[in-house]
Amino acid sequence: MLEHVVNGLVLGGTYALVAMGLTIQYGIARIMNLGFGDMIIAACFATYVLFTTFAINPLVALLILVPAGYVVSDLIYRILMKPLVARAPDEGALEVDSILVTFGLLFVIQGVLLALFGGGYASYSFLNTPVNVLGTVVAGNRLLALVLSLAIGGAMVVILFRTRWGMVLRAVALAPKSAPLFGIDTDRAARTAFAIGGAMAATGGVVLSMFQTFTATAGVVFTMKALIVVILGGKGSVPGAIVAGLLLGLVETFVAAYVDPGLTLAAVYAVFLVLLLVRPNGLFGKA
Amino acid sequence: MNMKTLHGFALAGVAVVLLACAPLLISDYWTGVLLGMTGYVTLATAWALFSGPTRYISLATVAFFGVGAYTVAVLNEVMPYPLVLLCAAGIGMIMALMVGLSTLRLAGVYFVIFTFGLAELVRQTVSWWEVNVTYTMGRYIFLPFEGRHIYWQLLALAVVTFLISWAIGRSRFGLALKALGDDETVAAHAGVDVTRIKLLLFVISSTIITLVGAIQAPRWTYIEPSIVFNPTVSFMTLIMALLGGAMRLWGPLVGAVPLFLLFEWLSVSFPDHFSIILGLLFILIVFVMPNGVLAKIDDLRKGGRT
Repeated sequence: MLEHVVNGLVLGGTYALVAMGLTIQYGIARIMNLGFGDMIIAACFATYVLFTTFAINPLVALLILVPAGYVVSDLIYRILMKPLVARAPDEGALEVDSILVTFGLLFVIQGVLLALFGGGYASYSFLNTPVNVLGTVVAGNRLLALVLSLAIGGAMVVILFRTRWGMVLRAVALAPKSAPLFGIDTDRAARTAFAIGGAMAATGGVVLSMFQTFTATAGVVFTMKALIVVILGGKGSVPGAIVAGLLLGLVETFVAAYVDPGLTLAAVYAVFLVLLLVRPNGLFGKA
Repeated sequence: MNMKTLHGFALAGVAVVLLACAPLLISDYWTGVLLGMTGYVTLATAWALFSGPTRYISLATVAFFGVGAYTVAVLNEVMPYPLVLLCAAGIGMIMALMVGLSTLRLAGVYFVIFTFGLAELVRQTVSWWEVNVTYTMGRYIFLPFEGRHIYWQLLALAVVTFLISWAIGRSRFGLALKALGDDETVAAHAGVDVTRIKLLLFVISSTIITLVGAIQAPRWTYIEPSIVFNPTVSFMTLIMALLGGAMRLWGPLVGAVPLFLLFEWLSVSFPDHFSIILGLLFILIVFVMPNGVLAKIDDLRKGGRT
């Protein structure tokens, strides 16, 4: 029982982390990124290569891949998203355009990963030592993943809510039309937000790869789960994403443990459906 | 019915007769190509039937397509073929109703997200069912069909799809639809039951897509979830409909024919890099339309009216 709670929190912590990235991208840059999960998977494979070929510790890989995720997303925004933002007559048009372009991006990233690594499962063994937590045994890598998720997620919350930089980003999320009146460069804020989202996808990928197997085609599932967490928590709400991420991780782990591991996605969908019917604006969303 | 529509019908009729005779004259390989093309023309037209006027982007084409194919795989030995098709259509319809009822009254983005994962959900659930309940993974379809038989069925379905699309465009229902596409709020205030119309259209569109999957299923002989729930199908349908223009009756056809031939060639020439090329091509198509896909659709509508 307690074992499942711990495992659920580990999984949920990772979900919360990546969903925070997606909710920042959607809330501030107004871009619905369907290629998000594939960026996570790309980071998983990058960590895998760094660990198995160059013997680089995943914690060190984090220092390489998180800035890389930031730079790559920044470039994607400049090259692909900027023209779309510039030409979109309204928010609805941008939403449709960004969904379509990132759907194309999904196939490109997935195609590259398939060409490089093939379609099989990949994993590596890192810090696979049992640790005793409150009377149950948990793998060290899972515990480390939870600690990392909490630390990085917490740092992100502090940055967003306690710094001037974060306030600028939140202002753009809240009132994109009024923000320029206060001297805020909304375009730059959107690009920064998109890049931060990419950096968090990379973080999620590194953390996830420490304790889970992954395939080149698994991106869709991660995007889906991150999207559900974002909606569950309320669009653009960071605290909502954290609570909903942990909740989803727990639901998934308990369904896998007590019902059937093959039905976790169905359970996730069931949660999504119930929420859509009961609270379409999310747990923390405003009407 | 004026002279122009009459001419249009006569031309379309001749084209259909010619297309129906084609397999008797050309090789089996080209019949196969025609078959695949007709399949995609039908998929793209059915997709545009719903997504064109409502502007809800459905990413779930393959969920319905796969369900159709899988229904045939499961039932082909226990029932006569027409009944199997009927069952497939029924299952597709029920699934569309469930998805539509839970998402179509909300903002469009919820629908997109829901359909985005639907194929994966159905694929995993079917796999789970097969492994844990029926203890079979992968099924065989033994139906006495050659390529041309399947092709004729698809051609008939394509004709029906076009007729439905044409009839909706001319009816009172189509008028409501135009109002809905222009401005949903205004349409709702003018007494259009927005959700009901969206739902009805989604069910019609999805049922046709399910039938395309069901009819094409015998082509594979061997079927398993990873084959029939291939996300590339959703993706290709979307590109074709968008390239041709989802708002016009012939738009999806115009997009589907050249893209299908291109994809056929690409998948043979670059089997390992197919999805990369496909993705880049798709991004290019979205970009080449200078004022965004929605505005492009609007332009096409204005051009189509004058």
